Amino acid sequence: METLLSKYKTVKEEDVKVWFKAASVDAFPKDGGACVKYKDLQIAVFNFSRLNTWYACQNLSPEKQEMVLSRGMLGDHKGIPKIACPLHKKTFSLLTGENLNGDLDPIATYPVKIEGENVYIGFSD
Amino acid sequence: MKNIIVVGNGMVGYKFCEKFVAQSGNEAFKVTVFGEEPRPAYDRVHLSEFFENQDAKALEMAPAEWYAENGIELITGERVSDIHRSKKTITTVKDREFSYDYLVLATGSSAFVPPIKGVEKEGVFVYRTIEDLEGMLAYAEKVKKTNPNPRAAVLGGGLLGLEAGKAAMDMGLEPHIVEFASKLMPRQLDSRSSQVLQLKLESIGLNIHLSKATNQILGDKAITGMEFGEDDVLDCDMLIISAGIRPRDELGKTCGLEMGVRGGIVVDNKMQTSDDSIYAIGEIALYNQMIFGLVAPGYDMAGVAVDQILGKTESLMPAEIDMSTKLKLIGVDVASFGEPFMPASKGHSVIFENKTQHLYKRINVSLDGKSLLGGILVGDASDYNMLHQVYLNGMAIPEDAAQLILPATEGGAFGSALDLPDTAQICSCENVSKGQICGAIKDGSCEDLAGVISSTKASTSCGGCKPMVTDLVNETLKSLGKTVKNVICEHFEYSRQELYGIIKIKKLTSFNEVLDTCGTGHGCETCKPLVSSIFASLYNFTPNKEDVTQDTNDKFLANIQRNGTYSVVPRIAGGEITPEGLIVLGQIGSKYNLYTKITGGARIDFFGAELNDLPAIWKELIDAGFESGHAYGKSLRTVKSCVGSTWCRYGLDESISFAIELENRYKGLRSPHKLKGGVSGCIRECAEARGKDFGVIAVEGGWNLYVGGNGGATPRHAELLAEKIDNETVLKYLDRYLMYYIQTAAPLMRTAAWLDKLEGGIEQLKKIVIDDSLNIASELEKEMQFLIDAYECEWKQAIENENTKKRFNHFVNSDDRDDNLVFVPMRDQKMPEHWKN
Repeated sequence: METLLSKYKTVKEEDVKVWFKAASVDAFPKDGGACVKYKDLQIAVFNFSRLNTWYACQNLSPEKQEMVLSRGMLGDHKGIPKIACPLHKKTFSLLTGENLNGDLDPIATYPVKIEGENVYIGFSD
Repeated sequence: MKNIIVVGNGMVGYKFCEKFVAQSGNEAFKVTVFGEEPRPAYDRVHLSEFFENQDAKALEMAPAEWYAENGIELITGERVSDIHRSKKTITTVKDREFSYDYLVLATGSSAFVPPIKGVEKEGVFVYRTIEDLEGMLAYAEKVKKTNPNPRAAVLGGGLLGLEAGKAAMDMGLEPHIVEFASKLMPRQLDSRSSQVLQLKLESIGLNIHLSKATNQILGDKAITGMEFGEDDVLDCDMLIISAGIRPRDELGKTCGLEMGVRGGIVVDNKMQTSDDSIYAIGEIALYNQMIFGLVAPGYDMAGVAVDQILGKTESLMPAEIDMSTKLKLIGVDVASFGEPFMPASKGHSVIFENKTQHLYKRINVSLDGKSLLGGILVGDASDYNMLHQVYLNGMAIPEDAAQLILPATEGGAFGSALDLPDTAQICSCENVSKGQICGAIKDGSCEDLAGVISSTKASTSCGGCKPMVTDLVNETLKSLGKTVKNVICEHFEYSRQELYGIIKIKKLTSFNEVLDTCGTGHGCETCKPLVSSIFASLYNFTPNKEDVTQDTNDKFLANIQRNGTYSVVPRIAGGEITPEGLIVLGQIGSKYNLYTKITGGARIDFFGAELNDLPAIWKELIDAGFESGHAYGKSLRTVKSCVGSTWCRYGLDESISFAIELENRYKGLRSPHKLKGGVSGCIRECAEARGKDFGVIAVEGGWNLYVGGNGGATPRHAELLAEKIDNETVLKYLDRYLMYYIQTAAPLMRTAAWLDKLEGGIEQLKKIVIDDSLNIASELEKEMQFLIDAYECEWKQAIENENTKKRFNHFVNSDDRDDNLVFVPMRDQKMPEHWKN
């Protein structure tokens, strides 16, 4: 199953080659998330409206390798925006992907931009 | 650079490596480990778990990469065959030679096979390695093809034998335990506790044969049975031998180390053998004329050997080794500590036995009644931690020693955890003492429980000591005059009860409103569901109102399962269902290919539903007249019932009717934790009502109402609140009790724990609920009536609203399903494939 995890690599904004138009802004709940399909990837996208910021990360929980992170709960830890996995409440920074309450491997994060009424996610290929 | 060679990669050999890499001064050494088995060290203690998931990886102590990452060379599948002490080298079966400066022998033990005639027959196995288990599994499959009801016998009724019995059961064979002695676990248990254990094991399906000496094993080529006496034969298709261990000490013998008369390599308290360069640890080490078959002393030996090699010569093995153990055997607690058997000349025993509950507790007390010498616990070992500490530290015991083991009284007999001496070891996995835990608070380096846990590592391994660590931290804070404030999380400086009051008075109705009024930051997975639960308790808001602040189960109105699919549980009030209703459920389960099971709460649970299918499944259920069962919520689950006077010849009242009435009254009621109820038609108590948060039992002259019971991790019987009351009074008292609990309990605190913490306990609760001492009864009733009147099926809400339904799409930009889901077949149904890590 190494292969499944290894499909998800953090993309930095400067390395974006493709801005993928995911869906319209109102398809995502406020202060909540939804899952976007891009090729064979599953990307969790969050509309953190209290911070007026959008975040994206892999939908794959690195703990048990299930596709569930988009169904988790948003929050912050000392100001760092985070997502809590719905299975065992492992939390991950939405800025760096780092596991904040354990020593799991970090998750991959992706840049998001809003143009017009649409949400775009950045990929390097 | 000096070379250390470790021979044997079992649990103790691995522990040596783990402790070695964690020590300073290890840079000057290179460690090479030889393992005879094909895989790296695994957890043999939990071998029987292999039968549940057949996942050898899950048992690994550390993956093969771990050794490389820590600079250790691991050579598996290659046995060391000779030691040449004069030139300090070893050779392996592949004829390769390696030289050492220090040699650590950790070859462990092998299964002892008694010399019984026919023991070589096909179908006879020993229980020791994963390869043994794989062999058994393959053989069991073969046997099952020709015999629909195959049997497995296990020779040996000790610890490992009982585990093997469980393994046989998991393989689908009828398990029979055959023991030579007249009792089970003869080394750990006395006769009476062993009888209690036997009753319990028989009740879960193990057949037990005691005082049996096996003459021979029957069968031509393969085993067909065991013969004990002339006419005493047990037919069986397979035999698992678990009759003890023998140290694998051949290497010591052939190179001329000093050996014990009955095997084992003699070591001193430095773990050194008769050759200064050679150490022996674990089950081959003969220390104080004893071989220690437990893993804990083996780990300690590994630590001593590491220290000695690194020059920390003050680290020695203690002369007395604590053989106390606590374990869960096939789900049954068994523990013994100190001196479990004690001659009457040394002291007195206090024994509590209840065979109906499969409980046995014995403590041995000195003749003067002042100190605890040892004891045995079967069925419930929750007192083990404290008893073990009292024993280890020679602490004073109550004048009436029986208080130590009698069912809990107010405050308990142990007094405060702070009475323990500083040296008391609280966390035995991470070796953390009481002094370290309290010291971390006293010296100011930590200010709360989370800080203490992360700095000392206490309770991070098995977690068994967590309640004690929590008590120590709280008591220490109190003793320093600091208030122990149970705040919700970093976003709210309030307790749940305080926040409940604020939300109620200020009439707040959304999470952001609450956060902006009295919190900081942006919320988290602790405070969001808590605030949602308060909204539900105050206004009966269903999770559909603000789904992003709900726990995943409430958000999707279903219980998330381990592969991210969900389970579906419609309400079947009181467990009463028509045949037509059952047929509809069957059709829906079959249409959506759902794994189907009857729950402990007497209703039906469908598993494996994909997120996208939930609305369609629920539409069909609701069309057929079902409604949400709230199995996913911290809310009322079921009110279980027996058939009562409707059918039962002993019944005193209509327990089913009353259970249905209660379940419908409180359905959808959200609370700090889940709520369960029960109604029994007579004191035979078939509904197990006293194991519930509220239980009603029919007696001559009315109902008895019990409150504050639960099963779960800390089982507790509900306590009597009122006697011989009529239906109407039951409702009145229940309304008040439940509402008062909902308003005052801490988050995720069930009624039993709440009642424990309530000052004055059940007597105080009686005053509040029956005598209305706080003058709040009518308000509590009014609030409850509002919630009851405001009930709506949240699944009906969800499927009738197009916007809400969108929540159940796996993708926001595609109708595709989650392609990561894999199911495997199991007993004519399906289950998710096993986790890979």
